[in-house]
Amino acid sequence: MPISRDFRGRRRREADPVRLPPGQYFTDDFPVLSAGPTPHTPFEEWTFSVVSSGERKSWTWDELRALPGETVTVDIHCVTRWSKLDTTWEGVSVDTLLDGVEHDAAYVLAFCDGGYTTNLPLEDVSGGKAWIAYGYDGEPLDPEHGGPARLLVPHLYFWKSAKWVRGLELRDDDEPGFWETYGYHMYGDPWQEQRYSGD
Amino acid sequence: MEPLDGNALAGLLRDVFGAETTGAATVCGHCGARSVVAESVVYVGGPGAVARCRSCRGLLAVFVEVRGVTCVDLRGLERLGD
Amino acid sequence: MTAVADETPRARTLALEVPDWPGHRAGQHVDIRLTAEDGYRAERAYSLASAPGEPPAITVERLEDGEVSPYLVDVVREGDVFEVRGPVGGYFVWGPESGGPLLLVAGGSGVVPLRSMLRHRRLSGSDVPARLVYSSRTLEDVIYRDELAVSEPGLEVVVTLTRDRPAGWTGRTGRVGAELLAEVAWPAADAPLAFVCGPTSFVEAVAAGLVELGYDPARVKTERFGATGGR
Repeated sequence: MPISRDFRGRRRREADPVRLPPGQYFTDDFPVLSAGPTPHTPFEEWTFSVVSSGERKSWTWDELRALPGETVTVDIHCVTRWSKLDTTWEGVSVDTLLDGVEHDAAYVLAFCDGGYTTNLPLEDVSGGKAWIAYGYDGEPLDPEHGGPARLLVPHLYFWKSAKWVRGLELRDDDEPGFWETYGYHMYGDPWQEQRYSGD
Repeated sequence: MEPLDGNALAGLLRDVFGAETTGAATVCGHCGARSVVAESVVYVGGPGAVARCRSCRGLLAVFVEVRGVTCVDLRGLERLGD
Repeated sequence: MTAVADETPRARTLALEVPDWPGHRAGQHVDIRLTAEDGYRAERAYSLASAPGEPPAITVERLEDGEVSPYLVDVVREGDVFEVRGPVGGYFVWGPESGGPLLLVAGGSGVVPLRSMLRHRRLSGSDVPARLVYSSRTLEDVIYRDELAVSEPGLEVVVTLTRDRPAGWTGRTGRVGAELLAEVAWPAADAPLAFVCGPTSFVEAVAAGLVELGYDPARVKTERFGATGGR
């Protein structure tokens, strides 16, 4: 396979290489990658739900925004090889939403407007590792980037940070989500370069 | 990012089906709309390529390449080709 | 890559030498794949600018935030090699046997496959009546300007500028909207065959406009290049 002389892809910024998972490159851009059209659910109709064994706990948009929020600055890593450092998000910790929900589930399946899903171990969306994010870089989250709210799980590849999230289904089994069904890794740790099933 | 159309999948489809496919007739499994591959709404650049019905935006097909093997899911198509 | 030719400050035509090139149809494209030293790969589709029978050539327009186009326009030089898949595309193609009258509507770099069709028309001596409506932001971004200025029997070329109004420009300005289409498109009663190519939003607006004029949707063929004109 021929190497294209001097091809480097997007301009790479320089940063501390210890922050770059294997096979990634740094970018200052924030590429918009989607599997479908941007949904536009009106706020009055929007809800977020935690579903577990037939029980459903829901928040309206106003109720979600009334919950204690946090601002976090994290690095994000996309399986298409770009990594973006020091991204700032505002949102509700998933711990807050799981608080008081009775369950013995080991996994979650995030579900979204447009039908997208992704699966994660419950452990990876709790303990301060995940948020329902409605703000990016000090502004309301742009619809292109998943607004009004997306799941944010920065320690895993960014396809797990589901855009247009509408809820989490708590499950006993690790049901593969959209991309996982087609061969992407069930867990997706960028530091172990778990891009595809079997990695 | 604005979506493309089925023309953008011409190379991939030729590799997968061994034949020129952009002009092939399609029937959407969700809404029944009749069209051609070239007119589907196509999203690329992410983990895989997704083709959707231009009428209802229902999912028609998904193409994912993993380690040199292309996984093809056509379940959203009621019919492809004549 | 055997030769490069600058078309405009942002666009360049790259002549390719492809082993076992089978020949192509007007409107087809090739997929270009670039591989960086660290194994990173990027792939884009580019329409063939040359006519069937001519060696393959693509015209690439540099997108400001592009990943591949800046490389192909600014860095690539004669002798460079890269992976090519194609020619591909059997839907957005024209040959004299397809008939007409032919309406070609281009937005920006969408003119590339349409130029292949026009070259094919000329080189094959076809008398199918043809009209090209070409929307460009500025005069200096009009690709193949000199070639399109050469008058040919049975061909009309209308260029409209959407951002520029250069001194001395006697051509049209403004977007390709309902008004311009009503004026320059073949009447629907002639059962014309239309090809529309360019950015996605351009293509959708023009295709809808042609259907509004009564064009048979099955005879309005489209190729979308994405938001900023590249793929």
